Amino acid sequence: MSLFSVSRFLAVLMKEFIQMRRDRVTFAMMIGVPLMQLVLFGYAINTDPRHLPTLVEMADDGPLSRAVIAAMDSSDYFDFVGTVSSRAEGDRALRDGTASFVVVFPPDFHRDVVRGLHPALLVAADASDPTAAGGAVAALSGIVQTAIDQTLDGPLDFAAGAPAPFSVTVHRHFNAEGETSTYVVPGLLGIILSMTMIMITAVAIVRETERGTMEALIATPVRPLEVMLGKILPYVIVAYVQTLIFLFAAGLLFAIPFVGSGWAFFAAFNLFVLVNLALGFLISTLVRSQMQAMQISFFLILPSVLLSGFMFPFAGMPGWAQALGNAIPATHFLRITRKIMLKGAGLAEIRGDIGALVVIMAIIVLVALRRYRQTLD
Amino acid sequence: MKEDAAISVRGLTKSFGGRKVVDGFDMDVPPGTIHGFLGPNGSGKTTTIRMMCGLLTPDAGQGRCLGYDILTEAQKIKQNVGYMTQRFSLYEDLTIRENLDFTARMFGMADRRRVVTQALSHLGLSGRGDQLAGTLSGGWKQRLALAACTIHRPRLLLLDEPTAGVDPKARRDFWDEIRQLAGQGVTALVSTHYMDEAVQCDVIAYIAYGRKLIAGAARDIPAQLGLHCWRVDGAGIDALEADLRRTDARVQVVRFGDVLHVSGTDAAALDALAARYGATGPQRWQRQDPTLEDAFIFLMDRAADNFAPPAGAAQ
Repeated sequence: MSLFSVSRFLAVLMKEFIQMRRDRVTFAMMIGVPLMQLVLFGYAINTDPRHLPTLVEMADDGPLSRAVIAAMDSSDYFDFVGTVSSRAEGDRALRDGTASFVVVFPPDFHRDVVRGLHPALLVAADASDPTAAGGAVAALSGIVQTAIDQTLDGPLDFAAGAPAPFSVTVHRHFNAEGETSTYVVPGLLGIILSMTMIMITAVAIVRETERGTMEALIATPVRPLEVMLGKILPYVIVAYVQTLIFLFAAGLLFAIPFVGSGWAFFAAFNLFVLVNLALGFLISTLVRSQMQAMQISFFLILPSVLLSGFMFPFAGMPGWAQALGNAIPATHFLRITRKIMLKGAGLAEIRGDIGALVVIMAIIVLVALRRYRQTLD
Repeated sequence: MKEDAAISVRGLTKSFGGRKVVDGFDMDVPPGTIHGFLGPNGSGKTTTIRMMCGLLTPDAGQGRCLGYDILTEAQKIKQNVGYMTQRFSLYEDLTIRENLDFTARMFGMADRRRVVTQALSHLGLSGRGDQLAGTLSGGWKQRLALAACTIHRPRLLLLDEPTAGVDPKARRDFWDEIRQLAGQGVTALVSTHYMDEAVQCDVIAYIAYGRKLIAGAARDIPAQLGLHCWRVDGAGIDALEADLRRTDARVQVVRFGDVLHVSGTDAAALDALAARYGATGPQRWQRQDPTLEDAFIFLMDRAADNFAPPAGAAQ
């Protein structure tokens, strides 16, 4: 009797590898997924986003104004996507997310600079994501100085000297103090809901099949719809409880405001819960065991965290990664929560995100129903 | 099809992944009888049962169960059939009472509390209703499963290997229960591997590789096959067994404990064999009626294996 038999140990080791190879889902998780994630997240994540959509309110179109715009545009940080004619229009664009910045040139800007009146150039920034806005704001003073140097030479050289001929005032909207928690906490709700809803639904359905209780259940006169609703509704209630606790704690512990429409939030929340339940149901039709359901759910959580704009600025990601991020339900829901909680949005401002969730939901339900039919027989 | 039969199916066929699991299956089960359903593992018994109660849609064939069409009236069949699956299919993390109550609700029973209490006392588990079902022993789990699938007083029971892995005493209790139900007019279709259970059935159907090979009363089946049998015992039985297997492929040699059953359809050849070995060897040869098991092994050996990999396929 040897204390340690290499041959026995090798037999266990080989058996383990054989089983690993036979479990396709686990095998894919171990080999394919790390590589995919490395490539995906390595290239996608960028904490210093460029090309932020910027609007301009031109009350003055003198040479200096145009030079400032040209300098900002060529800096990579700002992409001018249009003009607005009023402050209200600019505010709306910031709230619904179509612009990250609105640059406001006051009337007679050029003339006031030349007269040495030191007018103020106003830059309104969407600071709900402090990281995304930070780089661009920091680069602003250098960009403006370049414009000044280039425009105010020759006869106007006198005006270019120190002190600066005009000031740049940055208004940070929605998160004036740049608190990270203000940015992170509303987004967290989407992540927490995704995580629990998808996993719990998938596991709850698969458990019934795995333990053999599903067969006895469908041998009774119970209808599939009764089973589905009965199994899913408890988790919807769990989601309600989670969200109530979450909102309460967010206000109490982190002083996160809730300035927008409660009804808009309620509508979006219900839609998001449905999308996640549908996704959990879809997973349950793809896997055979609770273990596999857990693995797939977990595999879906990572992009929800990294590509949704939850941890890293969405605007910083390359186009393909943004497209991918847009396919993730959490992306749209956390935009909705930030817009409603921080920016005071109502239904009008979250229309686009709601539409996206509806489209994602429709696709998931279609695929899930196809899969479900196949697994019945 | 017989109109008054509890089950009457014709030509049931079902394929999974391109291979026929059930092929052209016919069966008539008269009401109030116990019908045995035998066959090796993977022979299609479970699939057939599932098609009969409307859980699976057959690829071809038709039939009626309790007078309802198995293709279009699955809902009515489910309401009147008790189906006990092969695996323990109750919730292990619910108590015995909760399991029974849940099943009663699934069947829309009025007066659930009384029905559940009755079922518990009938099981002899009145004091243990709050015990988790998962903590019951194998035999008790099967009795609980039977109680659950009979709670709605079904007219037909479909029992899929209800006594697999259960100790002999619990098996006896289980069969007492089935016979008692049959006495009350319930029809039962029971699949099993145990011959002592099979002989308790009024009629037996034997299925292999998806086809029904034979059906009839237990005592008639060997005769239907034209099987003759000799019982051999005595010293040197091991050597004799090996010798017999080598000499004649048409003779079936089956061992029961320390006894050999030598059987075949050619009575004259068997007589000659018995005369030869009986004269020379130390063993005793006696003519006897072939048993059900002899008959089924005989059937099995003759049936073509449609699940075997095609010749030449890599293993």
